[in-house]
Amino acid sequence: MKDKHRRDRSTAFSENMRELGLLIFIVALGLVIQLRNPAFLTASNLNSLLTNTSILAVLAVGMMMVLVTRGIDLSIGSIIAFTGMVTAITVARFPGMSPLLALAQGSAMGMVFGMVTGILVARFDVLPIIATLGMMNIVRGLTYVVSGGRWVSSYQMSAGFKAIATGRLFGFNNLIAIAVIVYIAAAYFLNHTRTGRQIYAVGSNPEAALVSGLPKRRLIFLAYTIMGALAGLAGVLWVARFASAQGDTATGYELQVIAACILGGVSISGGVGKLSGLILGTILFGILSNALPLVNVSPFWQQGIQGATVLAAVITNVLVRRNTERTALRRRAI
Amino acid sequence: MSDLAGKTPNDTSQRVTISIERSWSWKEFFLQWEWLLVVVLLLVIAVNSLISPYFLTWQTFISTPSTFLDKAFIVFPMMFVIILGRIDISVASTVALSAVIMAIAYNAGLPMPLAIVLCLLVGTVGGAINGLLMVKFKELSFVIVTLSTMIIYRGIAYIILGDRASGGFPRWFSFFGWGSVLGVPFIVLSFVAAAVFFGFLLHRTSFGRMVYGMGFNQTTCRYSGIKVDRVTMIVFTLTGLMAAVTAVFLTSRMGSTRPNVAMGYELEVIAMVALGGVSTSGGIGRIGGPILAVFIIGFLSYGMGLANLQAPVVLVVIGSLLIISVLSMKVRFRSRREKSAM
Repeated sequence: MKDKHRRDRSTAFSENMRELGLLIFIVALGLVIQLRNPAFLTASNLNSLLTNTSILAVLAVGMMMVLVTRGIDLSIGSIIAFTGMVTAITVARFPGMSPLLALAQGSAMGMVFGMVTGILVARFDVLPIIATLGMMNIVRGLTYVVSGGRWVSSYQMSAGFKAIATGRLFGFNNLIAIAVIVYIAAAYFLNHTRTGRQIYAVGSNPEAALVSGLPKRRLIFLAYTIMGALAGLAGVLWVARFASAQGDTATGYELQVIAACILGGVSISGGVGKLSGLILGTILFGILSNALPLVNVSPFWQQGIQGATVLAAVITNVLVRRNTERTALRRRAI
Repeated sequence: MSDLAGKTPNDTSQRVTISIERSWSWKEFFLQWEWLLVVVLLLVIAVNSLISPYFLTWQTFISTPSTFLDKAFIVFPMMFVIILGRIDISVASTVALSAVIMAIAYNAGLPMPLAIVLCLLVGTVGGAINGLLMVKFKELSFVIVTLSTMIIYRGIAYIILGDRASGGFPRWFSFFGWGSVLGVPFIVLSFVAAAVFFGFLLHRTSFGRMVYGMGFNQTTCRYSGIKVDRVTMIVFTLTGLMAAVTAVFLTSRMGSTRPNVAMGYELEVIAMVALGGVSTSGGIGRIGGPILAVFIIGFLSYGMGLANLQAPVVLVVIGSLLIISVLSMKVRFRSRREKSAM
């Protein structure tokens, strides 16, 4: 019993060390960038950094739930494009449409796609990577079909719609406020409701969860549905923020979201992932994409750097975990 | 076991015949997935020839495959990967990286034959890195390994070439994509050669049996003395090599290359393998299915081009085909399992 406690404390300790390490890394990175370009730590740049990161943050919450159930969702970039496009077309046709209604419309459409993926994965046991790879291309194709290959540009959107991204709520940009609301809701849902805890249970040991009578399939379905709804929401935010909807919007964005989750300590093999780590991972990723141009790193380096960071993060994760397990074993032997 | 041992060997009334060969049955023969694919393929060809009367002329029919066979080289090793129960989504990025390195090496003064060898080498190393990561870090799932190398390989291609294109290859290089031997395009001949090689490897060698075995149960295989790490390494290295072969043919057809080349090839390749009746849960599949599926999807996209459907519609169709074929595999094997359980 005593041993068990000690081991629990040691794994918890290493998890906290992880987050502390991430925080130190973020601060160090910020300092280096600040030394190279003093424009980095200004209020306006930080504001735009956070505003740009908030869309990533909203998506990362959904992706974390999917990853926790041992899944993955590659279709969100396409869902962003589709919901953004359809919402932009709707707003162009009905300029008087309330922004809240636009947000609701986007989320609802995203949710439908999420439900389709959820049915494929949860009901028919299709591998998540296959199901979402298929969905990614279907939804991307539909985006082009719906738009006829045309763009919706800034002048076609009403001022009220664009205000979603420029307006302020509680003194923060709307996007930041929305991200904060999503985080608070997710923190309550994942940590303080029964369903939220069950999602973790299903991810960390599906067989045990099933034996204990948890509705495994329904929980997995729920995770993909939430992911879809958040992707739909992000699609509307994206179009409002960049004031243009194109067929190739957010191509490959899913990789960045997955990368942010992994940097934040979410395990791709399921069951592990905390919102506190996720915030740090998302901010680190936001800095990487915001600050690299500031210190004259060519944008063509961005993808390579992001990929290398992800690989380094997962490998470090494995090494740290191996080390913890080895120390735990040694303690038990004594 | 014990009651068998109790019988005398001469007791003919209790002889049990154990045969590894399954008994021949016409019903089973015609219920094979491949027949369905043959029917679908004939259907696609029929529809194509309705759209364009020139489709069924020998000249068109033999040269059409050159438009889609470039990615088909990856289908074979991808089939091995999926039989192992894994998926490699980094292949399209490997194609881009090896093509880009071949192009800049040639433009930096390397002779073209050496540049091609370098291209194949880059692909092989790319595949070997995937395999190595999976063997050394068993905790990592294939999803995250190939996902991150997918970002990195494409990223390196962008670092090297930015948004420029690189080309200017010697004239003879276009032979790979455009040349023909005795009226048959070279790319078709190479495809047949690759099909024979991989078919032999899968169905006639012990290596192939190991791959099937590992797809069913890797732990059992390891305890049976199969070097599972080595098999994994070889399969992923072969995947990288064939991605580089695709890069050679693709670059030869296009005449130049860019970092964003071969986008979305992983979808088409995986869709071809899945449509070919290879189960994504591993251990099941024969070489004939994916070969038929290559032609089905190839002719289908070609026909949709003939019918003036835009590329996005093709995306939707291929994506749906992938999901439908995986679903039908699930339903097929589920019903068979339930039947055998009864």
